[in-house]
Amino acid sequence: MRAVEVSGLTKAYDGVEAVRGIDFAIGSGEVFALLGPNGAGKTTTVEVLVGYRRRDGGEVTVLGTDPARADARWRARIGVVPQTGELFPNLTVFEHLELFAGYYDDPRPPREVLSLVGLDEKARAKTRTLSGGQRRRLDLGVALVGNPELIFLDEPTTGFDPGARRAAWETIRSLRSLGKTILLTTHYIEEAHRLADRVAVLRRGEIVASGTPAELIARTPATVIRYRRNGEEVVVQTEDPTRVLHDLTGRALGDGLELEGLEVHRATLEDVYLALTEEQAE
Amino acid sequence: MRLLLHQFRAEQKLFWRSRELAFFTFLLPIVFYLMLGSAYGDEEIEGVDGYQFLLAGMIGYGAAATTFAGLALLLVIRRESGVLKRIRATPLPAGTYIAAVLASIIVIFLLEAIILIGLARFAFDVPIPDSLASLAIVLLLGAGSFAALGIGLTALIRSAEGSSAVVNALYLPVAFISGAFFSESTFPELLRLIGEILPLSHLIALSRDVIAFDETVWEHLDDVAVIAAWGIAGLVVALRGFRWEPRER
Repeated sequence: MRAVEVSGLTKAYDGVEAVRGIDFAIGSGEVFALLGPNGAGKTTTVEVLVGYRRRDGGEVTVLGTDPARADARWRARIGVVPQTGELFPNLTVFEHLELFAGYYDDPRPPREVLSLVGLDEKARAKTRTLSGGQRRRLDLGVALVGNPELIFLDEPTTGFDPGARRAAWETIRSLRSLGKTILLTTHYIEEAHRLADRVAVLRRGEIVASGTPAELIARTPATVIRYRRNGEEVVVQTEDPTRVLHDLTGRALGDGLELEGLEVHRATLEDVYLALTEEQAE
Repeated sequence: MRLLLHQFRAEQKLFWRSRELAFFTFLLPIVFYLMLGSAYGDEEIEGVDGYQFLLAGMIGYGAAATTFAGLALLLVIRRESGVLKRIRATPLPAGTYIAAVLASIIVIFLLEAIILIGLARFAFDVPIPDSLASLAIVLLLGAGSFAALGIGLTALIRSAEGSSAVVNALYLPVAFISGAFFSESTFPELLRLIGEILPLSHLIALSRDVIAFDETVWEHLDDVAVIAAWGIAGLVVALRGFRWEPRER
């Protein structure tokens, strides 16, 4: 059975359409990324799926239930790491895990969660003394302590330095190996590429492309050639790199010009993403 | 029941660890009672022993400071910081959460009232009232009504930054014109009229009747009715306007 099924989802705030009819499904045990720039509708989608907000239209099923009609038993099966929000500044890390563990019938032992998110050494620290990255790990711990099947991570690594981001990716991979289903939102292409089995690219409330990272990359011409002409970057995408490159360098040699910053590489998810989100921007 | 107790314990821990909140809502009425009692407790105010007059006033002020102002601040701060929203995503039922928060703040107020009555008895020789049942009813009625008003007030406050200004601007002047600190009989007519309409003057009057005159609540059902009516109004606003998500942004 699918963990999440969404069809024709729409949601507007004060007449502004944040989500304009999107469809996607997430299989059990799958890591699914909603990739898109700020304001694309990622958080709105998550908030409808976890039951924070009512949708305007469309069908949504999460773990077999409509989130708008969900009960406590359903909430025990999901974990949510919101994009923003604080915890209690005067409680310690361990006290937070104990407090939230108490809400569930069958929690994961707080000690175990502490190790899972790498906060063993901070167990007795008050939340207000934690760094931004440590707080974010506690956010994750609080979402995991109920031992959920399905986890929503809304921009889990925004604002992290590269080292902290890699550590967070390791944690998310370990969740995946525990068999959890994960919906992740991000505006980092690399994050989606590294973590997700499937990616949907969201732009202005619409899904403009979706598939595995490999499928998305296959949608654009396989090779990208870049160079600078009069200081301006020129990007050529082609299925026929040998001939294009031959013509280009032949002409340059004939004119006695140097192709500054010449670069040839296979298309990455970034090229696809930029093509999708820029091309249609007005 | 297990969940209610779990949350109640957490609420107690959170309240006492929040030093500022504990000081301004719990300790300040006790400090004021000691200060004002030493200053003019041995005088007669409105034909009542000063210590008894002030004890009733501080019980009323304590109810406003703790179950109204304290509760409103605590809930607005939690709402705006996103904690309420996060609790909403757990299996803890909303009703259980609210019940635990209410039980915790009411227990704190009762403890405060017991300390005030104990201080009155041992420091200022005020006899314990005859009708303990009436005293208990007054305390619970006051705590319940002001707590409902406190939750209702959260619906009208938009930000955490502005919350303490709004709350203080409401309950401090009300405490003054309701005669918590000194007799309101010398106040201008308009202020007294406003005081008459508000619930705190009735709660203080009721406490005074029970503490100083050894009367029962049954002899003052008009005061009971006014306090309860305000409580019900607060409850209606609370039920319609209470929000779990931050209002800012």
